[in-house]
Amino acid sequence: MDLIAQLEAEQVAALGKDIPDFKAGDTIRVGFKVTEGTRSRVQNYEGVCISRKNGSGIAGSFTVRKISFGEGVERVFPLHSTNIDSIEVVRRGKVRRAKLYYLRSRRGKSARIAEVTNYKPKADK
Amino acid sequence: MRSGIIAKKVGMTRLFLEDGKQVPVTVLQLDGLQVVAQRTVETDGYTAVQLGAGSAKAKRTSAPMRGHFAKAGVAPKRKIAEFRVAPENLIEVGAEISAEHYFEGQYVDVSGTSIGKGFAGAMKRHNFGGLRASHGVSISHRSHGSTGQCQDPGRVFKGKKMAGHMGAARVTTQNLQVVRTDADRGLIMVKGAVPGSKGGWVTIKDAVKKPFPDNAPLPAALKTAQTADAAPAEEAAAEGGEA
Repeated sequence: MDLIAQLEAEQVAALGKDIPDFKAGDTIRVGFKVTEGTRSRVQNYEGVCISRKNGSGIAGSFTVRKISFGEGVERVFPLHSTNIDSIEVVRRGKVRRAKLYYLRSRRGKSARIAEVTNYKPKADK
Repeated sequence: MRSGIIAKKVGMTRLFLEDGKQVPVTVLQLDGLQVVAQRTVETDGYTAVQLGAGSAKAKRTSAPMRGHFAKAGVAPKRKIAEFRVAPENLIEVGAEISAEHYFEGQYVDVSGTSIGKGFAGAMKRHNFGGLRASHGVSISHRSHGSTGQCQDPGRVFKGKKMAGHMGAARVTTQNLQVVRTDADRGLIMVKGAVPGSKGGWVTIKDAVKKPFPDNAPLPAALKTAQTADAAPAEEAAAEGGEA
């Protein structure tokens, strides 16, 4: 393992984030820490994960899309951000793409994603 | 003025801080960084320390350089650089410098050899705008355009920015902040990018455009007591040789 990979692995371990197994198509709820003035609280952001990038290492990120007041909203979260309080999988989706950018041009019925009914958790490495 | 250091660029990564901020950092590694020689006013007319870093095979080191390293009592080094210092900040020959030479939050200047770009056009080399995509422009969309006036002066002025060789030149990036240091592994992480490719040698100095920090170790942060103990004996021998 080269030094950069080693440093990144150490940092991932030090951050100690409990990241659930999720992929594009899953509906997830992200608890994001928001600081307003002096006090901070956790804000939930729930939507469909439409993309995961750069693996599960320190550089990893994912995009969550939701329809907010009739307007599509996308947020990109760094997977290991210290601002993320929790990630929770609400629903497992059945999709045939790694990136669901086609959802951007869809509305309503055609933007639905079927649920996976036979989800099996991955065995721990 | 205290000595700088020689480091190897390992690569870039990111750090997540407690306040939720992400910091892009370049990891620089110290590899057997030792003082190889001193320059003094009496012998050389100026004061400086010569540092060596990395390790070179003895059989691939030239005989004069082998003798130079033997005089200092250090193993042959891959990279050598001199740093001008104030006379009181001279470091003993043979002493090994640690990554704690710089502390977190300090600003440094990093110099290295930039990645070579070969023969580059004026748009890439000098950020020229190029010509228009249409409206009669033919073949010369990325050309530099006019290079001067008319019969008077009748020549192109010296220093005119034109296409040519780009990169592979010494570049200094100023005012980079030290984000983290790791003395055990000899790592220094600075915020932002540093000139050169991975595995390239860079020199780090205290930032010239910031006031000198009060808590910086003088003359340098040296490694462990045993190397410091071993160093004076060698240094005494070296000084005897000089006198």
